[in-house]
This record gives sequence, C-alpha cells and structure tokens, in this order.
Amino acid sequence: MAIDKRVASAAEALDGIEDGATVLISGFGGAGFPNIMIRALRDRDLKGLTLVVNSATHPFSYTHELIEAGQVQKVICSAARGRGKEPSPFEKLWMDGKIELECLPQGTFAERIRAGGAGIPAFYTPVGFGTDLAAGKEVRRFGDVDCVLETAITGDLALIRGDVADRYGNVIFRHAQANFGPAMATAARITVAEVRETQAEPIAPERVQLSGVYVNRAVAVGDAR
Amino acid sequence: MKPLTRNQMAWRAAQDVEDGTVVNLGIGIPVLVSDYLPEGRDVFFQSENGVIGVGPAATPEQEDPDLVDAGSRRITLRPGATIVDSVASFAMIRGGHIDVTILGAFEVASNGDLANWDMRIPNKGPLVGGAMDLAVGAKAVRVIMEHNTRKGEPRLLDACRLPVTALECVKRIYTDIAVIDVEATGFVVREIVEGLSPDELRARTEAELSIPQDVGVLRAPDLG
Repeated sequence: MAIDKRVASAAEALDGIEDGATVLISGFGGAGFPNIMIRALRDRDLKGLTLVVNSATHPFSYTHELIEAGQVQKVICSAARGRGKEPSPFEKLWMDGKIELECLPQGTFAERIRAGGAGIPAFYTPVGFGTDLAAGKEVRRFGDVDCVLETAITGDLALIRGDVADRYGNVIFRHAQANFGPAMATAARITVAEVRETQAEPIAPERVQLSGVYVNRAVAVGDAR
Repeated sequence: MKPLTRNQMAWRAAQDVEDGTVVNLGIGIPVLVSDYLPEGRDVFFQSENGVIGVGPAATPEQEDPDLVDAGSRRITLRPGATIVDSVASFAMIRGGHIDVTILGAFEVASNGDLANWDMRIPNKGPLVGGAMDLAVGAKAVRVIMEHNTRKGEPRLLDACRLPVTALECVKRIYTDIAVIDVEATGFVVREIVEGLSPDELRARTEAELSIPQDVGVLRAPDLG
C-alpha cells in the first residue's frame, strides 16, 4: 500500500497513546511549540505522563496546561522557573511534592535525546561535572578532563512542530522551529509532526530537514499555533 | 567615582570581541554587547537555539514568531546566517567551536569557578538552560556583572557560595568598577574606574586582588 502518513485530526494522531507514556515535546522561545497537539493530548486526559520538554514553564507553550491538569508525574527539562513572582503551575506542584523534576544542562538534554535515537545507551560529558546537577551520577576522568555519565532518553511519543510535511512524513522547518524536533523524532516510538500544511507530492529530497523514517503521523493545522 | 552603567559595561566588553570570531551572548547585560561592537569587526553571534548569525532585534514589521534567540527575543539574521537544530547547536557549543561566550553571573571565585544559574530563590524552580554547556565548552568565558550585590555584598569570592555552573572556567570579568582577569595566581586587576583607589576596590572585594602598578583606567563613553 502506498505510504501516506497524513492523518485527519490531532486526536487521531494520538491513537494508541496511554497512561504513563513518556512524551517528548519540542519548542524553544516561541518557535516550534506543537501547541495544537499538546491541547489534543490534554483532551485525551491521560495520567502519569513523563514530559521531556526543554522548558516546563514557557508562557507560549501549552505544556503548562498538561501540568496544571494533573496529568504529569515527572518533567525532564533544562528550565523550570516561571517568569513572574507568582509560582507557575509547574512550580506549585513541584513545591508540593506532587511532580518529579529532573533538571539538565540543555546540551546534555539534547544529547541524551540524540543518544536515545541513535542507539547509544550512555555517554560521558564534562558538562555538569562538579555541580549539583551531576549529584549521584557516575564520573570518570579522561586524560585531564573529569566527566559525568549521562544516559539516553527515549519515549513513547514525540510531538514536534514543522512547516510542511509530505505524505511520506518528510518535514521542513521554518527558521528556528526545528530546535529539539529532529532529535526528539528519532527517540520516540511514535512521532507526530504538527505542521502548517501537508502535501501529497514529495518535498524535494535536498530540502528535507527531517526524514520521514522518523515521522509516523503528520497533522496539518494551518497557521494556528 | 562613577560606576559604569549596564550599557557601558556591555560597551567595555564589546571592545575586546575580536574580529572574525563566533560569540555567544548570555541573556541580560551580555546581549547588549552586540550593540557596541567597534566598527569593522565582523562577528557571528550564536544563539543556543541554533541561530548562527543573530542580527539586530526585529522591528514590529519584521517580527516573526519562528525567529527568536535564546532569550525568546524576536530577531533578524545577518548575511551568512545559518540555522541548525538544538543537537547541532550544542555540539557547536560543547565541541569547542564557540570562540567566546560572555555571560552574566552572580559570583566568580578567584580560581575561575562560576555561579550563574541558581540564586536559591525560594519558591522558584531551577533554570540552567545552556549555561553549563557554554561555561564548559566555549574557548573563552568572560563575565559581565555588577561588582557587588544590591546589598553591597562582594561577588568576587575566594570560593562560590551559590551552586556552581562550572569549575575554573572564567577568564575575564567586567564589572561596573573594574576589569579583572583570572590568572593561575588568582584575580589580576587590569582596569579600575576613574576616581576609585586600589584600596577602595579591595574593600569591595572578598578575594585577594593583584593590582599592578600600571593598572589601566576603566572608561566608557556616555551612552545615554
């Protein structure tokens, strides 16, 4: 059967995702947040999710709605501080001990996801050595460089945002939309690409930024974000 | 004695940005450095979200929500700019391909230890972002910060009291009253703001300062 990864709705794109899933969510600074898919996930009303997301508190990402709705048990991120004086939904639950947090240097966060998608179980990096974020982690010295052992991150679902996807799941991004998306797509069992538009005709091979190999479902949402 | 303003501190740091380099600027005062590059220096500013060649902030007509920097500011691109994903961006940072990073800080110790990510604010979650990656991976780490806290406490310390970002990484510090290098022997003062004596500078610093006889004068133009 001819491959066609386009699905009709955000809800359909979440078929098979269940309680306790680990969900990777792309986006940085307002670019590349798959907000339509995040809302659809919230509406699915799952429990015990683990979110792998760079920021747990960015005001432009709807990640906080999942957190506020009590659907999230753990967050792995590099940023968990709200902007205002009032605590963010994440910070409230975190202070009450109702949500678990693993805070990582952003490059370690990205590389652990890359490792997960590339079949690398763990790697050493000097980043974080001697800091609170390396507490309890195995360390080893290479030459004169002290390093921390970091393990791969994989997940059940990756939600990413792109500009255009073709029927084969090949994706192109606008400007700084890509950020964590390409790596997250490699590290999840099911990757959903939320895009402005999908097309039946293939994207020119040299323009593809994320191979359809890593994309299971593509949803067109127009300019909504 | 007139301490430097935030803009003047950024101006002073900008004078040391070498031509032809790739530079990552932290949020806060450091991002202002790009406004004060001396004429004729062709520099690529890298942003951790994957933009290499950050240009001036976008005007309302230019604003594009998909084109932002590490501080979520809407930006433009300079000629020759490229955009990569986060993995490639951090490989660039961690792999030693960034010539200089200029970061804000809370504290620096005389051995170059940096504390700039966790102020231990009650009821606020942690935010590390790319700070540890930059502090470890950039070829040179420079810091812009006020010499003292708002309460007058020193920030140039024998050892950091706040949680550290990375060990023995800072090479140069620009404060509102001095420019200080971190050498194997500790802090060495290169410039002191006009009208402040070496003893007055020492009184505002916890760590020992080496102040050469020919120490320079820290001056910056009036930037309004």
